[in-house]
Amino acid sequence: MLLTVEDLHANYGTIEALHGISLHVAEGEIVTLIGANGAGKTTTLHSIMRLPPPEAPKTIKGDIKIQGESILAIPTHDVVRKLHVALVPEGRRIFGNLSVMENLTLATYARNRNDDLEQDLDQVFTLFPRLAERRKQRSELLSGGEQQMLAMGRALMSNCRFILLDEPSMGLAPLLMQELFKAMRQLNEHGMTILLVEQNARVALRFAHRGYVLDTGSIVAEGTSDLLLNDPEVKRAYLGG
Amino acid sequence: MFDGIIQNIFNALQWGSFYSLIALGYCLVYGVLLLINFAHGDVFMVGAYLAFFLATCLLGAGSLPHWLILALIVPLTMILTSLVGVAIERVAYRPLRRKGANKLYVVITALMCGLILEHANLAIFGASRRSFPTLVDQATINLAGLSVTNLKMAVIVVAFLVFILLELVISKTKIGMAMRAISYDRFAIPLMGIPPENIIVFTFALGSGLAGLAGLLFAMSYPVLDPYMGAMIGWKAFIAAVVGGIGEIRGALVGGFLLGFVEIMAVAFFPSTFRDLIAFTILLLILWKKPTGLFGVSRYQKI
Repeated sequence: MLLTVEDLHANYGTIEALHGISLHVAEGEIVTLIGANGAGKTTTLHSIMRLPPPEAPKTIKGDIKIQGESILAIPTHDVVRKLHVALVPEGRRIFGNLSVMENLTLATYARNRNDDLEQDLDQVFTLFPRLAERRKQRSELLSGGEQQMLAMGRALMSNCRFILLDEPSMGLAPLLMQELFKAMRQLNEHGMTILLVEQNARVALRFAHRGYVLDTGSIVAEGTSDLLLNDPEVKRAYLGG
Repeated sequence: MFDGIIQNIFNALQWGSFYSLIALGYCLVYGVLLLINFAHGDVFMVGAYLAFFLATCLLGAGSLPHWLILALIVPLTMILTSLVGVAIERVAYRPLRRKGANKLYVVITALMCGLILEHANLAIFGASRRSFPTLVDQATINLAGLSVTNLKMAVIVVAFLVFILLELVISKTKIGMAMRAISYDRFAIPLMGIPPENIIVFTFALGSGLAGLAGLLFAMSYPVLDPYMGAMIGWKAFIAAVVGGIGEIRGALVGGFLLGFVEIMAVAFFPSTFRDLIAFTILLLILWKKPTGLFGVSRYQKI
């Protein structure tokens, strides 16, 4: 199993945000985590990335494993660099004062000198041709959709094989959203494992193979996408009837 | 008369160089951590003392030629002063950062670190002033009819070279990119596979190394050292960095030279006791008109 989360409890300060969640993601899967605002979706992703408190949650109990090995003691930069897991954070968090190209270059900071960076750059530019057109532009001048593409391109440049996406469709026009999901589908067909956090549950479940439903820090339902899409309880609470 | 003006300009450039070299250190650390490292002026003092001890040791070691001693002292002073800066970061600032301490406490810690450096020096080496040995014989060089001492010229040239190198590092190298990126969004840095502490340590090493270089050049130009020599010049360089627009290295350079010129011109036309009053008043007026400094921009609001 690529990722296993076992009975994870996580706190922000003294407030418990996750009350023992367990989930797993297999190699090559697309798994989605759905739930309302404040359910603990971002908290889960930040815990997996081992982002440091106080901005990120502190793991209190439970375990997170990548390919069977606990990563609790591994710092974020090594989760990215050595375990090849990347997070595309909520709100994109691109470096607005850097150009598009500099953002992409920075993500190769820790990579091997002899890696084929040109090929990876080609891949990103093929997936998102708009980025190629705007490579010299200061990235805070990009549109929201382009910024999201840059955030994904940046993750790809870090040489990841497992990508965590936090609300990638937030604030995007429907057409751009389709473009983005198409790109993610392509990535998955080339072997990328994806864990997707979305508020738009219907879109997410149609895209993913499996899903988990989070509610106030606990997993309340899980199963294949078809199963969840047809679950009366999930339908009522998350799919608008 | 004409010669007097030229001499004043060179003096202004020389003092501007000292202020700029120190201001760059404030600026670099502020850019990366949004922290005013108030110990920085005293790191400059430590640099001057380190240069003094190195020079005395090497001169005592026997018959090394002076040029060789100087060639050894420059890198050694910079490296040792870097280590002092990095040690301060490690011992004082990092633990507070890890605990998520409020900025105010970090700034007060920085002030304390500066005072500790001053008073450790006072306690260990005593209050007596030390005079820096002569390594380079003062000579006057003629540049197209203008005469200037070799040392003054060297200080000015070094300051400009340092600035050009720094500008290259920050705009062209990956570590420079990371320094700019970390000032924009610290959260996302480890997500790029970059250990944030590496960037922070590099920044302190760089800034402190430049302060060490400034300390050495200052000690060679004005060869009297005392434990408080870094306090006033440190404050002035800090103000120069703010006037230039802290966080922008162009600002540190321009702010430093601006302060140098204002001071020298004040002395040229008023009694010398008016120097700091006039200089600071002018800087205050600049900040009054442009609170973000000459090159500073108010930060974009992040959504």
